[in-house]
Amino acid sequence: MDATWAALYIFLLAAFTGYEVISRVPVILHTPLMSGSNFIHGIVVVGAMVVLGHAETPLEQAIGFFGVVLGAANAAGGYAVTERMLEMFERKPKGGQ
Amino acid sequence: MENFVQLIYFVTALLFILGLKRMSSPNTARSGVVWAGVAMVAATAVTFLLPDMRNQGLMLLAIVIGTVVAWIAAKRVQMTDMPQMVAIYNGMGGGAAGAIAAVELLRGEFGEAQGLKLLAILGALIGSVSFTGSLIAFAKLQGLMSSQPIQFPSQQAVNAGVGIAALLLALVVLLTNPGPMVLLFFLLALAFGVLMTLPIGGGDMPVVISLYNAFTGLAVGFEGFAIGNAALIVAGTVVGAAGTLLTFLMAKAMNRSLWSVLVGGFGVEQDSGEVKGSLKPIDLEDAAVMLAYASKVIFVPGYGMAVAQAQHKLRELADLLESKGVEVKFAIHPVAGRMPGHMNVLLAEAGVAYEKLFDLEDINPEFPQADVAVVIGANDVVNPAARRKGSPLYGMPILEVDKAKNAIVIKRGQGKGFAGVENELFYAENTRMLYGDAQSVLGQLVQALKRL
Repeated sequence: MDATWAALYIFLLAAFTGYEVISRVPVILHTPLMSGSNFIHGIVVVGAMVVLGHAETPLEQAIGFFGVVLGAANAAGGYAVTERMLEMFERKPKGGQ
Repeated sequence: MENFVQLIYFVTALLFILGLKRMSSPNTARSGVVWAGVAMVAATAVTFLLPDMRNQGLMLLAIVIGTVVAWIAAKRVQMTDMPQMVAIYNGMGGGAAGAIAAVELLRGEFGEAQGLKLLAILGALIGSVSFTGSLIAFAKLQGLMSSQPIQFPSQQAVNAGVGIAALLLALVVLLTNPGPMVLLFFLLALAFGVLMTLPIGGGDMPVVISLYNAFTGLAVGFEGFAIGNAALIVAGTVVGAAGTLLTFLMAKAMNRSLWSVLVGGFGVEQDSGEVKGSLKPIDLEDAAVMLAYASKVIFVPGYGMAVAQAQHKLRELADLLESKGVEVKFAIHPVAGRMPGHMNVLLAEAGVAYEKLFDLEDINPEFPQADVAVVIGANDVVNPAARRKGSPLYGMPILEVDKAKNAIVIKRGQGKGFAGVENELFYAENTRMLYGDAQSVLGQLVQALKRL
């Protein structure tokens, strides 16, 4: 079994995990959760860093730089927005369904 | 060093999953985002330590620029503007995934590894659509462009044509190795994102933003395969799956199929419904008296209240009524506001206690006992036409305001709701209309009540 197949199994398990984690969530958390998952795919910044780190030509550097700026904004902005939304859950909520 | 970095990536993936799990329950939600945040910082920091890396200065500069701008913007916006902030940051993630693919494809990195190249191309396509699509969603919600569906002749044919052309070019890029074709492929994918989002109206935006969120997750996962980074694969795929499920849950809560959202418009209206009766306005003073002498009042806030930023005035009014011995409750429709749960967040921000917020199933049996139900900037979610077969709204769960003893509807004008259907509630015998901006009307009601 080569690496591609191992990666596909990772993909399968991760997809199942994502589905399971969300499946029983109260409606009041839909928006914060969307924002939270938006923050988590900000990990793309790491991928953009790897690309920029291996960039050789000026064009590659420019695209890589652009990618890191966007990825960092995704992560930082996503975190700040999610945190602001969740601040509202400070007091113990009723826990609606 | 390589092993240390991989270990941190592994822990990052674990913390993301646990963090997301914690975020799906109100009691643990805040700690969930903190866990994920710590993981994100750690993963970013160790990436500098990977072997054979260049351009560290540029990396640091890019991270600082992106982080500072996004952080300040996110901290400054009003809570009511949060949905479009989610949209724009999500679009940026999609753009970053596209940038990764662009460098890899232009460089011809993949050699004979067609499988990886295919994933890189798919990630590029999905990420680019998410990038421009989210930017349009942002522009619509931010009011930079009209939030109405934007339509032009043979739109669906044009969109399908551009979409198919993008797919064909994806195939060309996969099978050959031509530089300029990569550029053309990206241009078409970016254009498709714009075209796909233009015909979708503001009311459907939550579903679309959620869909693009899942798209970006998937694109990040695919690019993770392409560059061999497990943290991207796991985090991206988890978000892709979770986001897809969330999109379907939202569409269901709004009684819209994802297909009808994407194809745009509300389709052909079979039955706009003949409405009997007339609109009966009411004075501020009369409305204030009605509220003050009620024993039970239910407030039904909607999109219009969110837009008018009237949540603080609403709380003031509710507090005043309670001090006069009136029982006050808030009825929250699953899709009140701009997104599921958005209204809860807005009212919580204004200081309304959670115990007073009631979901649709819990509050509907109470409307017949309510002396007054006050509808503030809500329309389709209280339209009794939803109970009648043939209405475009048929089947949507509604708040049964029409069963209250009296209803007061605070509304900017006589326009229809997003669905373009006349609201029979407004013409009912026991309904009174109070026209004006929600914030100023509620403020004046507070003043009038104090004078009583």
